Amino acid sequence: MIRVLCLALVLFGTPAFAVQPDEILSDPALEQRAREISKGLRCLVCRNENIDDSNAELARDLRLLVRERLVAGDSDAETIDFIVERYGEYVLLNPRAAGSNLILYWAGPGMLVFALLAAGFYLRTRSRANPDGETKLSEQEAKRLAEIMRE
Amino acid sequence: MVAELGHFALILGFTVALLQTVVPLVGAAKRWPGWMRFSEPAAGLLFLLTGFAFAALTYSFVVSDFSVKLVWMNSHTAKPLLYKFSGVWGNHEGSMLLWVLILTLFGALAAWFGGGLPPTLKARILAVQGSITAAFMAFVLFTSNPFLRLEPAALNGKDLNPLLQDPGLAFHPPFLYLGYVGLSMAFSFAVAALIEGRVDAAWARWVRPWTLAAWIFLTIGIALGSWWAYYELGWGGFWFWDPVENASFMPWLIAVALLHSAVVVEKRESLKSWTILLSIIAFGFSLVGAFITRSGIITSVHAFATDPERGVFLLLILAFFVGGALTLFALRAGALEAKGVFGMVSREAALVLNNILLAVAAFVVFVGTIWPLISELLFDRKLSVGEPWFNASFTPLMILLGLALPLGAMLPWKRGQLGRVAKRLSGAFALAVALGALIWAIQTERSALGPVGLLLAAWIVAGSVTDLLSRGRKGERLARLMRLPRADWGKAVAHAGLGVTIAGVSGVLAWQQEDIRVVQEGDSVVLSGYTITLNDVSRAQGPNYISTMADVTLSKGARVISTLHPEKRVYPVAGMPTTEAAIDGGLWRDIYVVIGDAQDGGGWAMRSYYKPLANWIWGGALLMALGGVLSLSDRRYRVAAGARKAPVSGVAAE
Repeated sequence: MIRVLCLALVLFGTPAFAVQPDEILSDPALEQRAREISKGLRCLVCRNENIDDSNAELARDLRLLVRERLVAGDSDAETIDFIVERYGEYVLLNPRAAGSNLILYWAGPGMLVFALLAAGFYLRTRSRANPDGETKLSEQEAKRLAEIMRE
Repeated sequence: MVAELGHFALILGFTVALLQTVVPLVGAAKRWPGWMRFSEPAAGLLFLLTGFAFAALTYSFVVSDFSVKLVWMNSHTAKPLLYKFSGVWGNHEGSMLLWVLILTLFGALAAWFGGGLPPTLKARILAVQGSITAAFMAFVLFTSNPFLRLEPAALNGKDLNPLLQDPGLAFHPPFLYLGYVGLSMAFSFAVAALIEGRVDAAWARWVRPWTLAAWIFLTIGIALGSWWAYYELGWGGFWFWDPVENASFMPWLIAVALLHSAVVVEKRESLKSWTILLSIIAFGFSLVGAFITRSGIITSVHAFATDPERGVFLLLILAFFVGGALTLFALRAGALEAKGVFGMVSREAALVLNNILLAVAAFVVFVGTIWPLISELLFDRKLSVGEPWFNASFTPLMILLGLALPLGAMLPWKRGQLGRVAKRLSGAFALAVALGALIWAIQTERSALGPVGLLLAAWIVAGSVTDLLSRGRKGERLARLMRLPRADWGKAVAHAGLGVTIAGVSGVLAWQQEDIRVVQEGDSVVLSGYTITLNDVSRAQGPNYISTMADVTLSKGARVISTLHPEKRVYPVAGMPTTEAAIDGGLWRDIYVVIGDAQDGGGWAMRSYYKPLANWIWGGALLMALGGVLSLSDRRYRVAAGARKAPVSGVAAE
């Protein structure tokens, strides 16, 4: 959360704002697209912060670049590709679901399915278990129960 | 001198912790009562010694003793007194000392109030707690000693990071640590039970209050951190899926799962080994959190210290305790015989589902947090995993959890019929759907987030109310309601709190509005029906900062609602600027104003936000914590606590 701790801040002196008034495009639809794209791009000198929220100079440069591409007529995907080409995959906050990243994408759902299956199996054994064992208290348990009941 | 005394107390404490580990373990194995009882005074003494060390460090901060290196690096004579106190834990070394202090506090509490525990179990619990304390004391003494001197002493200090000079942050770490470290009690209970080879309903009843207390603190700690980020960082974000936030969130999720599974052990003596495993994992995640924060291995905005030596030490602690506990678990889990028979549709089964969803959610957060590391190490792909990924992966699990919650909470134990429960909840469901549809109809943007989120929230809240009401028979409902056990109230309040938080999160995310522009003094901005007028901007001198303060009037139509004073501060000693947003808070919405830089052509950059239901996020968290407190105050736990008088004779007989 201590995002403004961002090294950049210390390095680049006074902070600019996150999104500056002079950056905003006059076309609201285009600006909206720029904002959406910005939220998925990482400020490279910051720590885990998107360029839309970041105060760093570099984030500002990236925001301007995004807008430049959009004004030039690029689609959202083209704009993102352009930036990834220049700055690498590291810039994406939502990693691409390809190659080794498929592990990342399938780990959660895979675990959920596995857990549900395991639980289903466990529940089946529980619902078929012999209920005799549970009705009788061991001597020790009976003693403890008597103790609790006395309170 | 005081610093040396503190240092000495800490070294003494380290030896006491080692003794507290070894002596009771041997005593419990050999059934020597004297050796077992040694654990109690040892735990008390350990707490006093650590408390003394902590007091010595606090004293050095308060009197601004700049011959202590840590004080010089993190304090300044002009710093307000509150932050001289909170500055003690606003740095790596001091916060580790706080961590150790809380470890010993929990140990001492268990020694003082754990009277109802069987003597061997108690001795083993305190021994395990002592071993954790010893490990962290060694970490503090050998890698992060807060008492090191600075020679020659400095005239004045370098000041505390200005962002940390905030009341919210003064309380955020202690609560968080009480939570993190409190989970060590669940861990100690679990390991002690594994050594004993016995887990029963009584064990679950003893372990639950400790876990509950830790969870309450963790909930408040996380909420405080989120609230602080919201008002301090200047754009009103409340959660960023930052690695360190995740580090606190994973133990929280597991602790929630643990609280629920411990209920099953307590009531039905099932899920024993799973509960033990969760206790180990919960504290394991606390240790992972410490490792992430302090090793610098994962880039995070929170990173305290980026010292590989510390990282390796913490990794060893993590490997020893979690690895050791899991090995013990593998050896002994088979001995934990499951009892209790229940059907596929039953409260037990619902709690299993709850545990699956929470554990998988924690797993998802874990994978997302460490994936950049794994990807770089194994696949040579340097990448980031951020907010969009977490939102997409985590939210579906929470939606499932929210949908199932009211049904599961009302299912009877052993065997139930879903249809019967669903019928009783039909009113709550109809209400939720009606609310969702209404919101869908009146909102201007056609986004599903708001209506679905509020539908879910209303379903959970109404479900909790239905659950409470269904306890009474017709006619005498109210009287019966008041006599319900506090634990039942706690359950309903905590569940409703989750609903409230869900409402807040979806409200802000779905309907937030913002306005960013250059405003001349005297000009206004219109945002969601509110008029925000910038009257003027002036400079002011604070105790250790210079402020640029705006005077802003918030009004609706002709009615003036309030005057706000957003600030931009510069802390000259630390050389850092901060933004102080001004918020007009309310039940239904926050108006959030931030003042920016002066513009070349005159005027000021100003950002204003309309944030509907923002306060519900933390209000819900507080409700959850309140539910925990209610449940903690339930008579049944006091009965268990009162039982401590009875076994005294039992000990003497041995």
